[in-house]
Amino acid sequence: MGKRIEVTDLNVYYGDFRAVEDVSITIEAKSVTAFIGPSGCGKSTFLRTLNRMHEVIPGARVEGEVLLDGENLYGPGVDPVRVRRHIGMVFQRPNPFPTMSIKENVLAGINLNNRRMPGSEKDDLAEQALKGANLWEEVKNRLNKPGASLSGGQQQRLCIARAIAMEPEVLLMDEPASALDPISTLAIEDLMNELKQQYTIVIVTHNMQQAARVSDVTAFFNIAGAGAPGRLIESGPTEKIFSAPDVKATEDYISGRFG
Amino acid sequence: MTTISQSMAPGQLTAGRLPKVVVPALLAGAALLGLAISLLVGGGNLALAAALAYIIFLIAVEVSARIVEGARQAADRRATSMIVGAFVLALLPLGSVTWEALSKGAARFDLTFFTYSMRNVVGEGGGALHAITGTLWVTGMATLISVPIGLMTAVYLSEYGAKNRLAKAITFFVDVMTGVPSIVAGLFAYALMTLIIGPNTGFGFAGSVALSVLMIPVVVRSSEELLRLVPNELREAAYALGVPKWLTITRVVIPTAISGIVSGVILAVARVIGETAPLLVAAGFTASLNNNLFANPMMTLPVFVYDSYAHPGVDVQVYLDRAWAGALTLIAIVMLLNLIGRLVARRFAPKTGN
Ligand SMILES: Nc1ncnc2c1ncn2[C@@H]1O[C@H](COP(=O)(O)OP(=O)(O)OP(=O)(O)O)[C@@H](O)[C@H]1O
Ligand SMILES: [Mg+2]
Repeated sequence: MGKRIEVTDLNVYYGDFRAVEDVSITIEAKSVTAFIGPSGCGKSTFLRTLNRMHEVIPGARVEGEVLLDGENLYGPGVDPVRVRRHIGMVFQRPNPFPTMSIKENVLAGINLNNRRMPGSEKDDLAEQALKGANLWEEVKNRLNKPGASLSGGQQQRLCIARAIAMEPEVLLMDEPASALDPISTLAIEDLMNELKQQYTIVIVTHNMQQAARVSDVTAFFNIAGAGAPGRLIESGPTEKIFSAPDVKATEDYISGRFG
Repeated sequence: MTTISQSMAPGQLTAGRLPKVVVPALLAGAALLGLAISLLVGGGNLALAAALAYIIFLIAVEVSARIVEGARQAADRRATSMIVGAFVLALLPLGSVTWEALSKGAARFDLTFFTYSMRNVVGEGGGALHAITGTLWVTGMATLISVPIGLMTAVYLSEYGAKNRLAKAITFFVDVMTGVPSIVAGLFAYALMTLIIGPNTGFGFAGSVALSVLMIPVVVRSSEELLRLVPNELREAAYALGVPKWLTITRVVIPTAISGIVSGVILAVARVIGETAPLLVAAGFTASLNNNLFANPMMTLPVFVYDSYAHPGVDVQVYLDRAWAGALTLIAIVMLLNLIGRLVARRFAPKTGN
């Protein structure tokens, strides 16, 4: 699975406001790419354009090209619903469906899309996804309890299980560990290391150590000032960005010498 | 008063506190005083006594709290007393209505009442079976018409409208509809049916249409509010799983809000089930059982109550008893609806906790 994403000259607008300017980047298949940068520089905005989730926000629009293994996500006739079945997303705040049990939450992508599947296959899929999200041991005895009965960290892993049960090619994660304790964070980081065997992973994080620990490639975004659009300053192998970045601003940001 | 002055501790963090017995004691004193004044000047008028007692109590609490506890606590006690006063005042009519209906309606709240219609009954006996079934038919049909229309309108307003012109216009007209007098709704339904099938003496379905006119705006407003309360994160979670918008709405948004929507619908039903004027006009009235919504007049409970009261026969008391029993039945139905609503809401409520 795991597909490669190529972005060329991407601009994102909220109405008249340009939030992201001229981003070009290649995200390699079966790797972890981390987006870092100060608050408001457009990381979430850019991430959402990778599976057309920005279209949910009224007034948001995109110029430019995003190729998924050569196929333009913004080409004519492309259905955003289909795009999102191939490119999953995990949000900053865990958002399990409150009306569904743990198992139903994992299978939500199947059930909500009215996809038919024998019960035993569903059970297997739920187990695989929960194991993949490192949650199986904790919930295997209470699969029919409500998803909202889990702790915050467990809920986040439930959301990851829900995303990988769709077997997407790419998994986008927007600060997936920002609301979690160090142990849950570690569990999710381990998870990313396992998931990248199969999936292409893009993660937004404010935690430098996390970016250094989990990512193969790091991309640094920045803004010139309030009201200015966010830009991609540089991207490259994580070791290089963290030890010898090309741009001074990157070094300042990573080392914490940044306003 | 010695205990009060002892409890005044002039520390920085402590403040005087009125002993627990003071408020009930003041209340009792005020009640006695109010009664005494009312006996002297008002000939023992109870309403006057209560009003006087309340005012005396307010002043007494204010003064004693101000002396012992300070201005902030006095304000707290003043607000508490006024809120409790308002609550009691609001509860009085409810209690009085329930009591009246129970005591006067019990006389004819018997088996005959629920098994007989008024066909060929002139004196004693007879019942409201025709009115009860009529009310159930008419309001049931009205619910059947209003819920789909109201819910779909609410879905449009909250999920698709995004404050565009059409949505604003709909919101405006729904608000206007909320204020339509019920008799106008009845005349509208009657006129509409006359246009369609020609002159008639009213029938059940016309009554349902009249009630729908009153019900739809209530359903729209309450459902819209509840749909808006569904967190956007849940919609995004569904979209991110590649779920199309209409499935997101029908399988995620509406189920999350369903318990509130059901409560809203039941409140709307309770609100229209007691309507008299529109049904008098649109559904007509009859003494016989009629289970066909589309032909011949259909009796309903409010109309039955009105008719028994306004057009009694020779033995007036018999008719009045029937009217009270009808009113009691109506109250019982509304209470039952509320109960069912609660059960349904609990059944559908989003599951949280263990
Ligand atoms: N729904 C929206 N409507 C209008 N402007 C928005 C919207 N969402 C974000 N923006 C603007 O777009 C810019 C980028 O926001 P974005 O959320 O992408 O930042 P971010 O890098 O994810 O920040 P953070 O690290 O704080 O999450 C900001 O200036 C923000 O105000
Ligand atoms: Mg963000």
